[in-house]
Amino acid sequence: MASSSQRRIDVAGLVIALILLVLAGIVWWDMTKLQILSPYDLGPKVMPIIVSGCLILLAIGNAIGALRGDLPVRDSLDWKPIILILGALACLIVLIRFGGGFMIGTALLFAATSTAFGRRAFVTDFIIGAVIALIVYVLFAKLLTLSLPAGPLERLF
Amino acid sequence: MEAFTSLAGGLAVAIQPANLMFALIGVLLGTAVGVLPGIGPALTVALLLPITFKLDPAGSIIMFAGIYYGGMYGGSTTAILINTPGESASMATALEGNLMAKAGRGGPALATAAIGSFVAGTIATLGLTLLAPYLVDIAVSFGPEDYFALMVVAFVTVSATFGDSPVRGLTSLFIGLMLGLVGIDLLSGQSRLSFGVPELYDNIEVTTLAVGLFAVGEALYVASRRHIQEEKLEAVRGSLWMTKEDWKRSWKPWLRGTMFGFPIGALPAGGAEIPTFLSYATERRLTKHPEDFGKGAIEGVAGPEAANNASAAGTLVPLLTLGLPTSATAAMLLAGFQQYNINPGPLLFAQNADLVWGLIASLFIANVMLLVLNLPLVGLWVKLLTIPQPWLYAGILVFATMGTIAANPSPVELMMLTVFGVLGFLMRRFDFPIAPVIVGLILGPLAESQLRRALSISLGDPMTLLQSPISATLLTIALLALVLPFFLKGLGRFKAVED
Repeated sequence: MASSSQRRIDVAGLVIALILLVLAGIVWWDMTKLQILSPYDLGPKVMPIIVSGCLILLAIGNAIGALRGDLPVRDSLDWKPIILILGALACLIVLIRFGGGFMIGTALLFAATSTAFGRRAFVTDFIIGAVIALIVYVLFAKLLTLSLPAGPLERLF
Repeated sequence: MEAFTSLAGGLAVAIQPANLMFALIGVLLGTAVGVLPGIGPALTVALLLPITFKLDPAGSIIMFAGIYYGGMYGGSTTAILINTPGESASMATALEGNLMAKAGRGGPALATAAIGSFVAGTIATLGLTLLAPYLVDIAVSFGPEDYFALMVVAFVTVSATFGDSPVRGLTSLFIGLMLGLVGIDLLSGQSRLSFGVPELYDNIEVTTLAVGLFAVGEALYVASRRHIQEEKLEAVRGSLWMTKEDWKRSWKPWLRGTMFGFPIGALPAGGAEIPTFLSYATERRLTKHPEDFGKGAIEGVAGPEAANNASAAGTLVPLLTLGLPTSATAAMLLAGFQQYNINPGPLLFAQNADLVWGLIASLFIANVMLLVLNLPLVGLWVKLLTIPQPWLYAGILVFATMGTIAANPSPVELMMLTVFGVLGFLMRRFDFPIAPVIVGLILGPLAESQLRRALSISLGDPMTLLQSPISATLLTIALLALVLPFFLKGLGRFKAVED
């Protein structure tokens, strides 16, 4: 994606500008549903109006920057590790949502991240991750009396 | 001299064994995370917020401040030994420091950084002690419109004035301000930007945002470009001690660095980057050994390191007296106060005098601890750098997710963490600064409540913001700070020149 010439239109920059425009629209639309309680001032609407307005200006600013090719040059990107880490986070979310507890998910996250950073020892890392999860669980739950989502494994302790 | 009486009272709080213990844990933890690439003090405080919720407020705030100071010390070790500074504030140190390490003078480089940090930290904390009561006296006369204007100044300087690009900085800020709108508006009881999701009704947790942006975002970013560069750790060779010549060449840069760092940190201007690079440029100009620059000049380490630490202490001035955070770490400290329903600002000095003066006194103690611990333990800190990168980042992510679900055991919270992680990744990739998002989230709601208070007093007339002389002056400053970088393209760019 690294641009060869300095003054090329930057598509990613235009997408950023578009996203900002959409965000401004959402903030504005959400603001229109608010009720004003005092007859004198705009109350809860003041800040959304300011934020929405400025986001529109910033969308324009970012678009100008993108058209002039002002964005910093970006290095090539390796997607595999990103997908690996995000996939592990998704697994963790699903496991917690359906009562699987956090321990398996955390061990998986540890092993997947470690793989994303180039290690080739998934099983070892999974076990390390599980041990860390266990230590943290005992520390959090027993010493600091914080509650972590428990599944069948956690209830053993 | 009233300040010293208060400080003596604070000392009595700070030397309680439990608080000494918290300060020690703070500086050790802070140094460790400062040394480790990928974790900074802001992330550490964010991770600790949920688990310190049930501890004593004074103790945990003393610990957080210790982490802040320790992080500044630790960052210099990484900058000197592997030329990849943990945080932007250590970038100037890395320039000459890494060259010194390569030339086998890593020991003296670490020593001048540590002693310089101690000197600067102590002088700057003294400055904080003396300055705070005056600022408190001024701040109590501020009306809501003046506070709002002051926050606008902080918003502009943090995001636009000193960054690489004012547009990208402001974009980050307004993303933060938008996230600050989410949840139930306390004054009217209506929900904003919540879309019926119950988890969104009670606001976006600043810890979730900070951990997502810093931990998850950083891990994704580093993983995605791991194929590009490998880091090289320089061993500490030779004596740790500074020679007489080293001392002679270091003491003036320490003091000059402090003079840059403290005032710039204390102004609501944000960032330790500016004073460190100013100090570097000054030392380079004033040195009697210009031939050493580019080969590892000790002045180039002593000055920026002092500036770095002095500005860390300086940042506490607006934070404690006005409730204005001007860096990501200061914003996390503010969140630390808020979780105990303590609001930094002029009233803090009246209502929680013991806590705030205990905190200031403990900063002096933390500085001594850091000096005593840092040099003898340098071998241990260096060992931390040999933790394999895969385990380091895997560990960071495990703690990040566990800290988040401990604070809020819900899958929605983890989803937000992941979304913020992707946001943090994209912001790093497209060079948007991270700190303004966090400052926007935490300061936005405070700014809004001041603005609405001012508007309801004036029956909705926005001209009230210009009728108060203080507010009008501050808004003029904010406007100048906003417009200036567009005309003076060089303001934030001198970094590039120095590289």
